[in-house]
Order: sequence, then structure tokens, then C-alpha cells
Amino acid sequence: MPGRAEGGVTRAMANRIKLTPSAKSLALHAGVVLLLLALNFLLPEYHRGVFARVLVLAVFAMGYNLAFGYTGLLSLGHAMFFAAGLYGAGLTVYHLEWSVWPAFAAGLAAGTGLALVVGFLALRTTGVAFMIVTLMFAQVFYLTTLYFTTYTRGEEGLVLPQSSRVLAFPGGALNLSDPSTRYLVALTLFTLVLTVILFLVRAPFGRSLVAIRENDERMRMLGYNVFANKLASVVLSGLFCAASGAAYAVLFGYVGSGFAAIQYSILPLLWVLVGGAATTLGPLIGTLFMFYVIDTASSYTTAHLLVVGLVLIGVILFFPKGIAGTVRGRWLPWLP
Amino acid sequence: MSENRKLQMNSASGVSRRTTLKGLGAAAGLIAAPGFVRYGQAQSSEPIRIGFQCHRTGIGAAYGRWYERTTTAAAKRINDAGGINGRPLEIVIEDDGTDPKRGAEVVEKFANQHKVDLVYGTLFSHVVVGSAPAAGELKIPYYVVSEGYHVASGKLNRYCVQPGITDVKAQARSMAPWIADNLGKKVTLVYPDYAFGHDHRDFFTPAIEAQGGQVVAKVPIPPTETSFTRYFPQIPSETEVIYHVMVGPAVLTFVKEMGEFFGNSGPKLFGFIDSLEAVDIKSPGLEFLEGSHFWEGMPRYAQPDQADYVTAYREAVGIDENGASTQDAKDVSTAAHMFGCWETLNIIKAAMEACDYKGTDDRAAMIEATEAMTDMEAGADHPQGKKRFNGKTHQVFGEQSISQVVDGKLKVVHRTSIEDGAYEPEADYTAMSF
Repeated sequence: MPGRAEGGVTRAMANRIKLTPSAKSLALHAGVVLLLLALNFLLPEYHRGVFARVLVLAVFAMGYNLAFGYTGLLSLGHAMFFAAGLYGAGLTVYHLEWSVWPAFAAGLAAGTGLALVVGFLALRTTGVAFMIVTLMFAQVFYLTTLYFTTYTRGEEGLVLPQSSRVLAFPGGALNLSDPSTRYLVALTLFTLVLTVILFLVRAPFGRSLVAIRENDERMRMLGYNVFANKLASVVLSGLFCAASGAAYAVLFGYVGSGFAAIQYSILPLLWVLVGGAATTLGPLIGTLFMFYVIDTASSYTTAHLLVVGLVLIGVILFFPKGIAGTVRGRWLPWLP
Repeated sequence: MSENRKLQMNSASGVSRRTTLKGLGAAAGLIAAPGFVRYGQAQSSEPIRIGFQCHRTGIGAAYGRWYERTTTAAAKRINDAGGINGRPLEIVIEDDGTDPKRGAEVVEKFANQHKVDLVYGTLFSHVVVGSAPAAGELKIPYYVVSEGYHVASGKLNRYCVQPGITDVKAQARSMAPWIADNLGKKVTLVYPDYAFGHDHRDFFTPAIEAQGGQVVAKVPIPPTETSFTRYFPQIPSETEVIYHVMVGPAVLTFVKEMGEFFGNSGPKLFGFIDSLEAVDIKSPGLEFLEGSHFWEGMPRYAQPDQADYVTAYREAVGIDENGASTQDAKDVSTAAHMFGCWETLNIIKAAMEACDYKGTDDRAAMIEATEAMTDMEAGADHPQGKKRFNGKTHQVFGEQSISQVVDGKLKVVHRTSIEDGAYEPEADYTAMSF
């Protein structure tokens, strides 16, 4: 299982465990956010656009990481939560002409509600059965988006008009199709979710998730409600994934069934595995890494998928716990 | 001594010389990677650079392969004739993986990294729709070769144009008169249950009704289906014509099972060749198609009465009389669509010459020059046939071929007129700002 075993702590040890992130770790995360902020002004135009997209998708990966990395729930259906956010925001903007704030809220509500229902049913299973059940739910969601092609335009998808992608404030408005604004909004969302996860995984709730991942029988014996904790993890995970999907819709202006397909359930798993499961920065690293491997390889060869495969094999050989996970294992044990 | 100390310091911090070198190498590699190098401003003597958004991988790869060959041939012809405004044409290719997300990224890459003059060549509708917002935001002309109704619907933006291939609405409408007159008036539609199929359903139904016909049943087939036998009983016995537009890998199974179900006594068949582009009509299982009819944008098989410019076009793109590659007879082309690349590049050339295109500052002028186009005569620039461009909807209209499978080959039996497919404009891009 990914990450460190933390199931065997004694009460005395538990009393000494800090329930908030260490100063070192806070400084690192603040540094990462500041670096990302600086990159908005330093990166060439194309790469700034790439980073904006990657930051939004890293939120998707962070949401997935909460369920998979920290709670040990290997889901193959997280595309449905991302797509629920995407459609929740996109369809309300497109058909009901909602403004961005309520549409974004609708995306969050759609993803969270779906996660609650799916989690409630799927968590009756574990392991391989859980994978299959989540996969089936995601497939149902995907086919539903195609079935209602009249409203969703199915696989072809919908364009959200540029004029509707404006984030209104009491004192003004932000045009979300402006590259710099888009980057900063993506960074804001990323920072918010990163901060929540950073504090959450040190808090009692996060620690109980890790303990459940390591030994859920023991947690049950200790009197924890394992089902409720797992459900909370899935719902929170769904919320983050939906936030990513809703942000994608309003920032990039496209909504389509492709984002609900199986590929988008596999991608966050891949990003998290490459970056480092059960690490706070792993999802960002993995998402960024995979983007540039594909982007660079496809510039040089038409057989870029072969290159991607070889690089992934290399990563697994040399970074078996993902990039951030291996860095933590070998050099920086304090890395959250 | 000092060397030793350095080594010790390195090992104490866990960083060896090799690691340092590796790190430096990686950093250098990153800096040298595409895009981190600043590009100079394009000079007027430099080539005109066109970003070709190509389906090299993914579900559209067979189309992408042929779109690329056609594009290369068309670009060569333009360059051999002196280029555009005296400047050579250079095609920059990026693979979009036939994926809408990657499509948008590729448009950004073309505009911001490759600094091309315009983006061109996309086929699959979802990639067009996914990429269109990026093209609009970056204000870069986006010439698609997709046959989707997306451009004409007015839902995209002023930078998106489709001047080299007709759209599905016009195609479906233009088939109705001939079907009603020659095959029958009671039609059952069999279509994939997603946007592509819904377009055929929604555009063909009113068109056949206008011919005094009717759609007696609609049989949508879920996209994940691999066996079709259970859908055939839904086809009413009064059906005279089955209009089928199944696509994807399951199409061979679909045709085979339809043959097994109906035997020799079934209704007449009319299909869109989209199902069988890049597929040999003589493939095992397709025998049931003998005698049936297909829409073709441009004929796959060389026709006995074809014009010289068609022969020249076929030679240039490298297809033999059966529509397969001259290099490999098993590599069947996507002839019914790929002419669109050839024609679109010629229209780009004409538009750039009309507005005396100098550089990226003239992008809006280029769109306006395209909008000003109307009739295009059939010839070496437009080998598929004559066309009429609608500047308001940014969509071209043209003639279509209806072909019959005779001895395992497609023989053109009818050419529709531009008027058969024409419809009232439902959008006006010229009223939108740049």
C-alpha cells in the first residue's frame, strides 16, 4: 500500500503527534504556491496556458488521491465526479444562462451529491469489487451524458460562450478567458484544495483515513465507524474532483462526454501513481510530469505513446512509490 | 586537496558529482525543450506556417493518416506553383490524439509556441468543438475539415470556418430527394445514439417528409453495443429503405448481422460511407452491401467519366483506381472526406492572396476575405466539384455523390445539386466582433 504505515501508534505516541502541518512543511507548500504565482509572470505564453490547465487537473488528482492514496479506495470511476462538476457548471451556464458563481456551485453540488449516493452504495464492497462497482457507475454516468444528447450534445459537446465566462464580484468582474486571470483563478482553486488537504491529512480525520487504509479491521475494533469515515472521504474526494470539473468548464469553455469516459478515470490514478500516492504534492507533480512527457514526445515522434510507455516503466523502476513518495522515502521523511 | 574537500562535501550532503551532473543535464534539457526558446518575429520572406491539427492517434487515426497525405500533396502543389503571396507554405503538424482536451492544447501550442499563421485540418466534431474556444480566445483562424454542423450552427466563433467540405445537415438533406424517388418513401433510420447519429436523425427526417416520404421507425443503437441482431426486429415490415449511419469498429458486425437477418428479402439499404472509410468494401462480411447505395463526398473508386483534374488530384494524393494507396493496395483511403484538406488549403491560399496577407496582424482580414467568397468552380483547386460558400454561416455548400456497390466497387449513380442540400442560414458570424 502507498505511504507510511501509521496504524500502529500507541496512545503515548499519539499524544505527541502534532495534528497540524510542521513549520517546514508549511514553508515548503507556501514556497510551491509562491513559485507557481511567480511562474504566471515568468513562463512563456504557451507554458503558462499549460500550467493553468495542469493546476485545474491537479485538483482532480488531489481529490482522487484523498480516496486512493490516503484512504486506500482504488476507484475506477472518478471521471463521473469530475464530469458531474463539468456538466453541473456547463449545462447551467449553457441552458439556464446562470452566471459563473451559481453555476460553479451547481457543479460542486452535482459532484458531491453523486459522490454521496455512489459512495453509499459502492462502499458496501471492497477491493476489486469496489473497483468494478465504481467503474460501472461511471459507465452509467458516461452513457447518461450520451443518452441526453439533446441537452449535452453528447461526445461532440458544447461550447460555453466567452461572454458567459465572467466571474462577477461586487467591485468588478474577471474575464475567465484571459490567460493571466485564468491562471490566477486556477492557482487560487489549487491553493485552496492543497491547503485543505495539507491540514486534513494531519488532522484526526485524515489520520483515521490512513489507519483505515492500513488496517480497517483494527480501526473497527477500536470503535471507529469505518464506513462513515470512508464515505466522508469519498464525498470530499467527489467534491474536489467536481470543483476541478466545474472550474474546467468555466475556465476553458468546453463541456463534452469525453471527460466522463473511462480514460478520465484512469488518468487521475496514473497522475497520482506517478507523482506519489498519499503525498500532498504528488498529484501536481504527476499531472505536470505526464503532460510534458506527452507534449514533448509528440513533438519529436509519431510513436510518442511508445515513449510515454517507456518513461512510465522507468518511473516505476526508479520511483516505485511515485516521484514525491520516493523523495519522501529516501531523502525527506517529513514530507507530508 | 580542494578537490577532495569538494567531494567530501558532496557526499556529506548526499549529492554526488554524478547526481549534480545529472541535475545540470536535466536542467539544460528542460531549457532546450521546445517552447522555452524564444522565437524571432516572422519576417515577410519567411514561410507561411499552417498548424495542422492531425488525428495521428486515437479513434481518428485512419482519417488522420490520409488527411496528412492529402495536406502534404496540396502543400507541395501550392509551393510548386510559387507559394502564397510569393512565400512558401510550411505545414507544422501536431497530434491531437482525436481528443477534445488535447485539441485545445494543440491550438494553444500552435498559436503561442509554434507561432503559426493559422490552424487547420481537424476532422472529428468533438475535437473541433473542444478546440474552438481556444481558437476564439487566441484570435487565430481555425479552418476545419470536419463536415459537422457545429460551424454553421453559429455556436462557435468568428475565427472558425469550414470552407472546404459540406456539413452533415446539407449532406443528409441532399440525399432525401433521390432516396424518395429511387429507393422508397418509407424509411427506417438506424443510427448511433449520440450526436453524430442524432444529427442524421434530426436533419434527414424533415427532408424526407418534404419529399412526401416518412420515417416509419427510428432505431438508435447505444455506442457500446457490439451485437445488433436484437435491434433488427424493431424495423417495421413496411420499411422500404433502411438509412444507416453506424460508425466505428462494430460496423462490420452490424452489416454482417443485418445480412443474416434479412437475407435476400430485406428493404433497400442506404448508408453514409463514413461507416466504411478506410475499410475495403470487399472485406469478408460486407457482401450483403452489394447493390446498396452510399453517400460519398468524393468517389473512392476512379470513375470512367472523371475529369482530368480529378485524375491529377488522385495521382497527387497517391491513390489508385480502387481508392487505395498506390504504395499499398490494402491501405484504403478516406477519399470521401480527405479532398476537403486539398480544397481548404487552396481556399486559404485564395483568402491570403485576396487580403494580401503579411503576418498575424492580418488574421482578421483573412477571415473577412474568406467570408467574402461565394461561388467556387470545379477544377484543380476544387476537384470534388463546384461549391458555394456562405459567409454568414462560415459553411460551404456543394454537390454530393450517390454511389452503388457493384461487383464490390462503388459506382457513382447520381450527383446531387448544391440546391438539394441548401438551407436557410441559422447564424451570422459577420455580425460578431473579432
